[in-house]
Amino acid sequence: MNNINKNSFDIGYMDTLSTGDSFLHRLDPRAKVITTLLFIVTVVSFDKYALSALMPFFIYPVVLISIGRLPAGYLLKKILVVSPFALLVGIFNPFIDREILFQIGTRGISGGWVSYLSIVVRFLLTVAAALILIATTGFNAVCNSLIKFGVPKPFVVQLLFFYRYVFILTDEAERMVRARSLRTFHTRMMSFKVFVALVSNLLLRTLDRAERIYRAMCCRGFDGQIRIIRYMEIRRKEVEFIFAWAFLFVFFRYFNMPLTLGKLIAGVLK
Amino acid sequence: MHMADALVSPVVGGCMWAATAGLIAYSAKKVKEEVDDRKVPLMGVLGAFIFASQMINFSIPATGSSGHLGGGMILAVLLGPCAAFLVMASVLIVQALFFADGGLLALGCNIFNLGFFPCFVAYPLIYRKILKEHLTQGKILFGSLLGAIIALQLGAFSVVLETMFSGISELPFRTFVLLMQPIHLAIGIVEGLVTAAVVTFVWKARPEIVNAAERSVVIGKVGMKKVLLGFLAAAAIAAGVLSWFASSNPDGLEWAIFKASGKEDIAAKTSWPAVDPGTSVSGLIGGILTLLIVVLIGLGLKRRKSAV
Repeated sequence: MNNINKNSFDIGYMDTLSTGDSFLHRLDPRAKVITTLLFIVTVVSFDKYALSALMPFFIYPVVLISIGRLPAGYLLKKILVVSPFALLVGIFNPFIDREILFQIGTRGISGGWVSYLSIVVRFLLTVAAALILIATTGFNAVCNSLIKFGVPKPFVVQLLFFYRYVFILTDEAERMVRARSLRTFHTRMMSFKVFVALVSNLLLRTLDRAERIYRAMCCRGFDGQIRIIRYMEIRRKEVEFIFAWAFLFVFFRYFNMPLTLGKLIAGVLK
Repeated sequence: MHMADALVSPVVGGCMWAATAGLIAYSAKKVKEEVDDRKVPLMGVLGAFIFASQMINFSIPATGSSGHLGGGMILAVLLGPCAAFLVMASVLIVQALFFADGGLLALGCNIFNLGFFPCFVAYPLIYRKILKEHLTQGKILFGSLLGAIIALQLGAFSVVLETMFSGISELPFRTFVLLMQPIHLAIGIVEGLVTAAVVTFVWKARPEIVNAAERSVVIGKVGMKKVLLGFLAAAAIAAGVLSWFASSNPDGLEWAIFKASGKEDIAAKTSWPAVDPGTSVSGLIGGILTLLIVVLIGLGLKRRKSAV
């Protein structure tokens, strides 16, 4: 039950964040979508042993979180909690790839550890970028930008419907689970039979609701499209935003700044 | 199981995006052709239902783990393959954006693995073939079970292939397959049983819903030929892009091929040319310093903001 509360809280909270007002929130959503994709593609395009070269990329989430006044702690917690898949698959690297890559003092560091850390860093960066996009843009605005990008209308319209009703249906699911929980003196897990009855009833209610929604929308002149009055424009600000970041990404991609910095320091120390 | 950005190379991610985008465009066109406005809100609300229902868990006896509704199969049964594919794609998009399940680059892979196989393979080729005309409880059970198992096996295998071609994980092909397939057999059985139980329940309570879904073959009818043709075209384009990338960027794909052919050592050496302790230590120091600078910039920006 806690799980349910947490999930619906999460979507709601991200939605609230996206209503904030900052330079970043005011940017055209398309600019943010493009920049996010550029960022992710650049980060994953690195060699699998790349580690130090990935460090400068932290500048992107850090700057965006500051400018967008997002709660860094909350986002970090969210990133760490989710999706252990990459970390699980990656954990085999250190055991399989044992070739020593470099040494710190007397300890040899194997290629496997380096590539594993690289996976962890990639994971942090890409996940952070996606969460920041939604926290500064909001789901509806992302959908609108999809239409502008030429994604088929029916797909986007049902995506908008989906988002609108997620809140209502999770509430409904939550009420059902709570009711069962109270009537069974909080037995921890439900049996298969009860589960099927609950989910099927939720499905029946959902189908009825869809019918009601459809009729209500027909009364209001629904013709298969949702029209949104929102002004979207690519201005100089957006172009500058995209190009500044793109330039920085390319620079970091082809020029290993940390390595140069490290060499410089090592040279000074000598 | 969700594929993650951290394990995908841009080539694989891009190809799967292209394939998925093609399938979405095709499905959206099909749905539009039906010109049934009713369908679009229904799809959206059913997507929300899948999302909500995944929060209801039941305990699987004697294992200590829990199961829930997966989605692909039941959507295909209720909506037909094209609409179901679109809904599945939306569920995965929301999961990727809000819960960071997978990630944006891996989204193409995930939609393909969890959407294409149940909607365009398991449903038309297995579920429909088994059910044919007269519905019985046994047929629903058998069709859903077999469909879900096959869809998940294919999906899991496709995760393995995508990981291998990306070349980020070191896991050998055989081990990975042996890990993934049995786990997904279990998940498939649970998914199949749940789907069958829910469809049967709805069929008994409100037969008209399931019957209508069965009758509206128009909605569900997919020109398999067209899908296959489109798929072939996407594969051809992808192969072209892939080979172009492979020649200009030798680390990702060729590494995977080297690996598969057992010539690991060549690949390991080419991908890390500088096994020079000086360089590596410089990299380490520089990396840490860069991180510190980044944090300082962030703090500086924050302070400036709060001062304003």
